[in-house]
Amino acid sequence: MTGDHSVVLIPVIFFTAALLVPLCRRGSRRWPYWVALVSSLLGVAASGEALWRTLSTGEAIHYHLAGWRPPMGIELIADPLSAFFCLLITVVTVFVLWHGRSLVESETPGKAVPFYSCVMLLLGGLSGILLTGDLFNLYVFLEISSIAGYALVAIGDKRAPVASFRYLILGTIGASLYLLGVGFLFMTVGSLNMGDIASVLQTRAMSPVEISALLLIVLGIGVKMALFPLHGWLVDAYTHASSTATSLIAPIGTKVAAYVLIRALFYLFDTDLVREGIPVMNALAVMGAVGMLWGGVLAMAQTDLKRMLAFSSVGHVGYIALGIGLASPLGFIAAVLHTLNHSVMKAVLFLICGSLRQKLGDNALDSMNNSLRLRMPWTMAAFTLAAISMIGLPPTAGFFSKWYLVLGSLEQGKWHWVIVIVLSSLFSVVYFFRVLERVYLRPQEGAEEEPAPARDESRPSMLAPVLILSASLLLLGLGNVMIVNHLIRPMLPAGF
Amino acid sequence: MTVPEFSPAFWFLAGAVAMLVLPARARASAFLLFPLASLIHIWFLPTGVLQAYAYLDHELILLRVDGFSRGFGLAFSLAALVIGIFSLRVTDRLQQTAALFYAGGSIGVTFAGDFFTLLIFWEVMAVASAMIIWAGPGRAAAGAGLRYLIFHLFGGALLLAGIVLLWHGGGGLEIRRFDAAASPAVILILLGVLVNAAMPPLHAWLPDSYPKAGVTGSIFLNAFTTKVAVYVLIQCFAGWEILMWAGCFMALYAVCYAVMANDIRLILSYHIISQVGYMIAVIGVGTEFALSAASLHAYNNIIYKTLLFMGTGVVLHAVGTTRLTDLGGLARRMPLVVALYMIGAFAISGFPLFSGFVSKAMILEAMGENGGWLVHVLLLAAVGTFLSVGIKLPYYTWFYRESGLEVKPYPAHMPLAMAILAAACLAFGMVPGWLFAWAPSAVEFQPYSVYQVVEALQLPLATFVAFWFFRHKILGEPKIALDLDWFYRKSAPLWETLFITRVNRVFSATQDILDHWTEKAFAFARNPARLLREVPDRFDANLQRADLGSNVGLILVVVVLLTLLSLW
Repeated sequence: MTGDHSVVLIPVIFFTAALLVPLCRRGSRRWPYWVALVSSLLGVAASGEALWRTLSTGEAIHYHLAGWRPPMGIELIADPLSAFFCLLITVVTVFVLWHGRSLVESETPGKAVPFYSCVMLLLGGLSGILLTGDLFNLYVFLEISSIAGYALVAIGDKRAPVASFRYLILGTIGASLYLLGVGFLFMTVGSLNMGDIASVLQTRAMSPVEISALLLIVLGIGVKMALFPLHGWLVDAYTHASSTATSLIAPIGTKVAAYVLIRALFYLFDTDLVREGIPVMNALAVMGAVGMLWGGVLAMAQTDLKRMLAFSSVGHVGYIALGIGLASPLGFIAAVLHTLNHSVMKAVLFLICGSLRQKLGDNALDSMNNSLRLRMPWTMAAFTLAAISMIGLPPTAGFFSKWYLVLGSLEQGKWHWVIVIVLSSLFSVVYFFRVLERVYLRPQEGAEEEPAPARDESRPSMLAPVLILSASLLLLGLGNVMIVNHLIRPMLPAGF
Repeated sequence: MTVPEFSPAFWFLAGAVAMLVLPARARASAFLLFPLASLIHIWFLPTGVLQAYAYLDHELILLRVDGFSRGFGLAFSLAALVIGIFSLRVTDRLQQTAALFYAGGSIGVTFAGDFFTLLIFWEVMAVASAMIIWAGPGRAAAGAGLRYLIFHLFGGALLLAGIVLLWHGGGGLEIRRFDAAASPAVILILLGVLVNAAMPPLHAWLPDSYPKAGVTGSIFLNAFTTKVAVYVLIQCFAGWEILMWAGCFMALYAVCYAVMANDIRLILSYHIISQVGYMIAVIGVGTEFALSAASLHAYNNIIYKTLLFMGTGVVLHAVGTTRLTDLGGLARRMPLVVALYMIGAFAISGFPLFSGFVSKAMILEAMGENGGWLVHVLLLAAVGTFLSVGIKLPYYTWFYRESGLEVKPYPAHMPLAMAILAAACLAFGMVPGWLFAWAPSAVEFQPYSVYQVVEALQLPLATFVAFWFFRHKILGEPKIALDLDWFYRKSAPLWETLFITRVNRVFSATQDILDHWTEKAFAFARNPARLLREVPDRFDANLQRADLGSNVGLILVVVVLLTLLSLW
């Protein structure tokens, strides 16, 4: 019986694994991989159990660390929102690790032990952020996950250390802003427990100090989330990290930051004031919208597939921010649904980058032509499906989150957001069709003389996760009503 | 007989999946099973809303049967079946899969009861038909397919925008007849549908892509996309007067280009547009009789147009080219094909005793009663139809002179498929009652009156006589098909300056503006960074990387700015 302990088990599993991995150094070369994979699977089981329990009882699960009661002690909370995010990141991790079984060793030889250890630390930190009910504790987990993230990025190609250094500087600034905000709050409210703070803040008007605290928290997390124009670290970090590291950080890192934003804006502070009193929601929407366009425009220009996807991530973070910025039930649904969809889409795309890199040596767009279609038909089919979903054509998953976003904007009569959404979708048509056109239509140089390339599909351990994830895009699309009604609606904060 | 109540589109979708796994030998024969199953299924389906799910706060209606959808569904299934017989030798997995997806999408639209379902099947059609074009030979097909897909995704986007607006307006998404008092939502939906109907100036995709698909590919393409659009127009836009004008314009415009075209498949492609023009014009009339005329003409058109395309398909299969100036004198090598083609040609030209006569007479009757002088435009277009499809195409392809081309033998199932369709053309022409049985509402109409027969005969006869006198001029020199210069230079130079030069100037000015902006758009997509500062044409990631200091500065600026704004 796990009882109530399943909540605390999630980070504990990962932190234990982070310690276990270095101990495997003496065993078989495969041990670090298996330790990481098994702990992620355990993580999936524990988060799934927590999600199931909180959904079926309709109440959040509270766990008091070491039996200390809040507001003095630290509590972990699994409500539908946090348990759902936990499940999402652990599931994505399982697929990424599976795909990376041989890739990690071939791309970064000899670094498997630190790599898997950092992955486990990252996961421990991220799940801690998701579950904690204490603002300062959240900062601690944020730093754990960030430092693991910097290290993961640094285990990459020749330029990775520099990219990681930029990430470190900017990430630290973001974390400091957050900490400053928490400090301000602690000064006026006198508590660090989220429930405690919420009960105080929602009964009285907020003082300027508290408003500043809110802004600092939002912007600090905005840096972690790579919200335009605070995204300076993202592109280089994603481009130069190893394939597996990118496919892990890209789908889940920014999403956890988005979670913190949702948690802070909708659960912590007085929602009416946040929505109407100060322009923070509008600012989020504007930053998101500009980011959608900016990311799309720069993605069109890139000559490297991985870098292109990194810029498209900047754009898609914008979708989530816009959804949050609408501050309505539909916007909330759009933001959470897009978090889910984008995690899966980006995981597929970055995993395919890894598969291509193993076959071609790099991700340069110029070297791609229709021999790829003949060599790796299944991988390319998965890429196409994910690209269609990114563009947002029905019935793939990507369409429905945009659909909710459009409905949410129309509901408030905000036509300009609809135009931005359509424009950014058009941009994504351009940059994905640049790739698809090469892969399916552009003939190889001197193709007449050479025989057609033979089938050269990536190995099953890399193909299977890609295919399963991309097929799930169709399922997520077709089942979106069920997801929204049974999963996301129970998350809606009480104010709505 | 009771049948399971699901959309017949699923037969085709199941078939498409089956094509993916079946071995090459079994595929072509197995292909026939799915249209056949759909045909029988539709035949026995009762009328009404039969399959619906609650979805996204509204009803997703997958199967709604009425007189129109039953007729169109049967015609589409029949076309898919017969084209399947024609393409029994095809072994290309991509084309077979795409063809079934495409037909499935069309049937799905036909039986959809709400716009959301319609949109999904609409996009399936767009993507699958682009695949069919891509299955065609050579680089031309690749480029044309891409242009085709972009055009149709644009059309789909218009449709989607209209649907979103409709939903937002609270009108519900059920497919229904819209009032002529137009809202932006309805206009957007109309435009999206007109892209598929190839309404000029949204028609460029059709003559661009259909002649570049493979032998069987273009046959498949001709039967579905435009007719699905006609179906949607009948259901939603009946009685919109503007459609009368648009349809007549379309009929005449496309015929002019067909007369000038040099590729036999291009001629037929333009005739698709022209024939759809007839249907759209009469949809604009909007009476019950007019709608029956439009749908019966659509069924007939699916049948004889497929027959005509099959004729050109056999030519392409046998000699490897469809350029009119290269062809000639092939009749002795394929007499049966010529005979079957001519049945189709007489049908499209509306000769008495052929199916086109009956439905065209209905259209002229409906237009004559409600459309005033517009009916004469349609008569004029009929002259061009007979001139290009009935005389020019067969004469220069199969007779005229010996081209000396090597003729490959063609398999017997090709003329067999043509014979099935030719039989239908004759049967519907001779016994109009059999055709009327397909009509959505009871039709009381006697096509074989003296006046109508005489009118239907004298126009083509006069055309034929005129053609015979000019037969050596019309083909022109080997360079291009038809030198229209010949007509106007001899007759009146004034006309040339007045119409040709001026019109050309407008067109070329428009073209220049378009080219300019296209070039700009391309340059922008290649390297958007150029908008911001002077950089080389080729994008370089290292030039665009802001230094760390600017990033830190930017974060601080945002923090300060937002704090100021909030605390003001």
